[in-house]
Amino acid sequence: MYENLVELSRWQFAVTAMYHWLFVPLTLGLGFIIAFMETKYYRTGDEFWKRTTKFWMKLFAINFAVGIATGIILEFEFGTNWSNYSWFVGDIFGAPLAIEGIFAFFMESTFFAIMYFGWEKVSKKAHLVSTWLTAIGTNLSALWILTANAWMQYPVGMAFNPETARNEMVDFWSILLSPVAINKFLHAVTNGYVLAAVVVIAVSAWFILKQREQELARKSIKVASIFGLASLIVLIGTGDGSAYNVAKVQPMKLAAMEGLYDGQEGAPLVAFGILNPDKEILEEEGEEEDPYLFDISFPKVLSFLATRDFNGFVPGVNDIIEGGYEFTDMEGNTYIEPSFEVKKEMGSKAVNALASFQTAKESGNQAAMDSARAVLDENFKYFGYHYVEEAEDLVPNVPLVFYAFHIMVTLGMFFIVLFIAFWILERKNLLEKKKFRWVLWIGIISVPLVYICSQSGWIVAEVGRQPWTIQNLLTTNASVSGVGSGNVLTTLILFIVLFTTMLIAELSIMFKQIKKGA
Amino acid sequence: MDALYFLQHYWWALVSLLGALLVFLLFVQGLQGLIFNVASSQQEKDHVVKYAGHKWEITFTTLVTFGGAAFASFPLFYSTSFGGAYWLWIAILFCFVIQAVSFEFRNDAGNILGAKTYETFLFINGALGTFLLGVAVATLFSGGAFTVNKGAITDVSAPVISQWTNGWHGLDALANPFNLLLGVVVFAAARTLGLLYLCTKEDIGDFKEKCQKRVYITSIIFVVTFVAFVLWLMLRSGLSVDPATGIISEEPYKYLHNMIQVWPLAAIFLIGVVLVLLGLGRHFLGKGLSKNFYIVGGGTVLAVFALLLCAGFNNTSFFPSTIDIQDSLTLYNASSSLFTLKVMAIVSIAIPFVIAYIVWAWRKLR
Repeated sequence: MYENLVELSRWQFAVTAMYHWLFVPLTLGLGFIIAFMETKYYRTGDEFWKRTTKFWMKLFAINFAVGIATGIILEFEFGTNWSNYSWFVGDIFGAPLAIEGIFAFFMESTFFAIMYFGWEKVSKKAHLVSTWLTAIGTNLSALWILTANAWMQYPVGMAFNPETARNEMVDFWSILLSPVAINKFLHAVTNGYVLAAVVVIAVSAWFILKQREQELARKSIKVASIFGLASLIVLIGTGDGSAYNVAKVQPMKLAAMEGLYDGQEGAPLVAFGILNPDKEILEEEGEEEDPYLFDISFPKVLSFLATRDFNGFVPGVNDIIEGGYEFTDMEGNTYIEPSFEVKKEMGSKAVNALASFQTAKESGNQAAMDSARAVLDENFKYFGYHYVEEAEDLVPNVPLVFYAFHIMVTLGMFFIVLFIAFWILERKNLLEKKKFRWVLWIGIISVPLVYICSQSGWIVAEVGRQPWTIQNLLTTNASVSGVGSGNVLTTLILFIVLFTTMLIAELSIMFKQIKKGA
Repeated sequence: MDALYFLQHYWWALVSLLGALLVFLLFVQGLQGLIFNVASSQQEKDHVVKYAGHKWEITFTTLVTFGGAAFASFPLFYSTSFGGAYWLWIAILFCFVIQAVSFEFRNDAGNILGAKTYETFLFINGALGTFLLGVAVATLFSGGAFTVNKGAITDVSAPVISQWTNGWHGLDALANPFNLLLGVVVFAAARTLGLLYLCTKEDIGDFKEKCQKRVYITSIIFVVTFVAFVLWLMLRSGLSVDPATGIISEEPYKYLHNMIQVWPLAAIFLIGVVLVLLGLGRHFLGKGLSKNFYIVGGGTVLAVFALLLCAGFNNTSFFPSTIDIQDSLTLYNASSSLFTLKVMAIVSIAIPFVIAYIVWAWRKLR
């Protein structure tokens, strides 16, 4: 029953988040593309740019509405479905959400209204500023929610308070400026820019195929391919940064991303691979299955990505469970990694110490409180391991994380070629030529691909985070609200119906709008 | 007075202010509620959608920020009320989600469901959304059937800190006439404000006259139910907390005592009520149609602000537990840490700036 509740709550959150991320990345990138275009209009006074701006703005507006609708649900679901989480880390996690509301949401919604309805009501300059502020506002809201997300992966800047049984913030800047947060923010927003660039290219390619809106299409391709390429460079750079960070703060996630069961020095990076379904964790010696049925790998590259040393040691799933290898964490501390058993023992000590602390507090026994507190502090690092029953519960869904990761990387590489191809063909006036029609078609089919790429990234980040909501401190099982699985199942079905209807209506409106042209 | 005590009250005041502004901004929902039975022609519907459509995002964002601020400053309320009164909040969410897409989609070609469906969504949001928000706010006084045990986190088999003790999960709030009454008050207030807002418009033709007349009935319902609610509140008992020990006890006429003991609350409340009555009185006399919306709206903000302050100030439990009064939430046991409240207080300095640009945008898109 309880397992059901956890599973259903996870599904509900995942469905909401994935739908949310269908709409948000396009607005993140399209906001800036529109702002560039309107700046052109402002500088040249050319009505063509105004018309082009308005066309893309309409598509922005359609997406924006659904992004808002799914966003509010996510915010409230922390309370409705993850109420334990909301208390255990709300002191840290709530602040970015409130700041997001105060700083970013008002900014984007207020200036969006001016941008969308205010063409005749404010000066040209005020309108341009509003368009830029809308773009900045959408990106600022991404900053705060991604900071909160990064903190779940790499909890810093807090201390556990046994009096209130929760984590409390002690250093705001270390949360906002944590290397994981900065990297995650840049990676996620540039992903949005790349996605928006692909969508602009695809719509423009369709216009060229239909021999309509030629000028709008070509100039849009020019803007989008340059913007997309520049963003993609940052995206790949921060992707590398993510792998390095993950190796430091969530080595199990990295092991799952690569299907790495037994660690090694000079570990290879799998470029393409099919996992062996018979592979299990902790197999008997001499009876180990090969993790892959087939693979093409780059020797030593994974070690380099993870440790910046081609011969560095990358722990696999089994190593992380068994411990005993030398590990250097994000803060630069080097130690021998404890085994799962040791961590679980420490976690149980911490949780029991918390219980003793509270009993001692009720009876007013200061000495017992102090000693319980000392035990708690000493073992708190592995607090969450108390809630992990078996070693295998420590391992996320390897096939899902592995394939999502490889799909993401492969598609990311493909988009480099796509942007360069469109940029060159546009410059050389070749896009309208019959023999390049197939390139236009590839541009169009890139739209589903870029969405798959983007969603895959989040699957790696969030499925790979399991079983934790807060790395090492709180498990998903211990985060959930006690609402009863039947209730969550009902709302899950309602949400799926609602979101799917909204998505179908949204797509249908988008297609109609594109067909109509500028 | 120590810093934590001050900041707990400061943040309760800010959350209350957001709540009060939200009730005022629900005039957008009030407008949407007119879409079927007041706005009869297509043109009148278009007026409603246009004027609501230019402002709805401010209301929506205020609701989102209200949620975010409540989470950041009183996380135990967030987890207890949202995770406990599950169905009440989910129903509110649904009412707002369907609103968010409707303005944009209603007139777009290819919207699948047809304009009528999106108008129905707007109507549901306008009518049911306001009512349910009123019900939810009333639980700050009437409480809920929950228990809180922070030590539960150490229990691996069921580590849930806040528990709703019945299977209704918030639907039980709808069985309490006190909550329902505030639901009606908020609904009537939103509708009155929506009608008054249309009365400020010059370009809606005969529709303006229609709205003007509708105010008469709606505002009388608003005032009568509001007076009934306030009387009920002043006469009911509340829970009082001893800030030194955290022990909670029942106190007859608690909310009346709050108003008397913390006189600025009563002053703000009375100014609010006077403004509401003044604005409505002017409307009944047919005077100053272009300003009455702002007078009644300002009065609403002040009156709601004072009532919400009254729920938490003066050592009052702002979310009583009907199961065990010692589990009731107070500003002291539900707030964030001193550090977080400080960080947030620094952030709050930006609020006047935010209000300033909203006012600018409001005037530009009048």
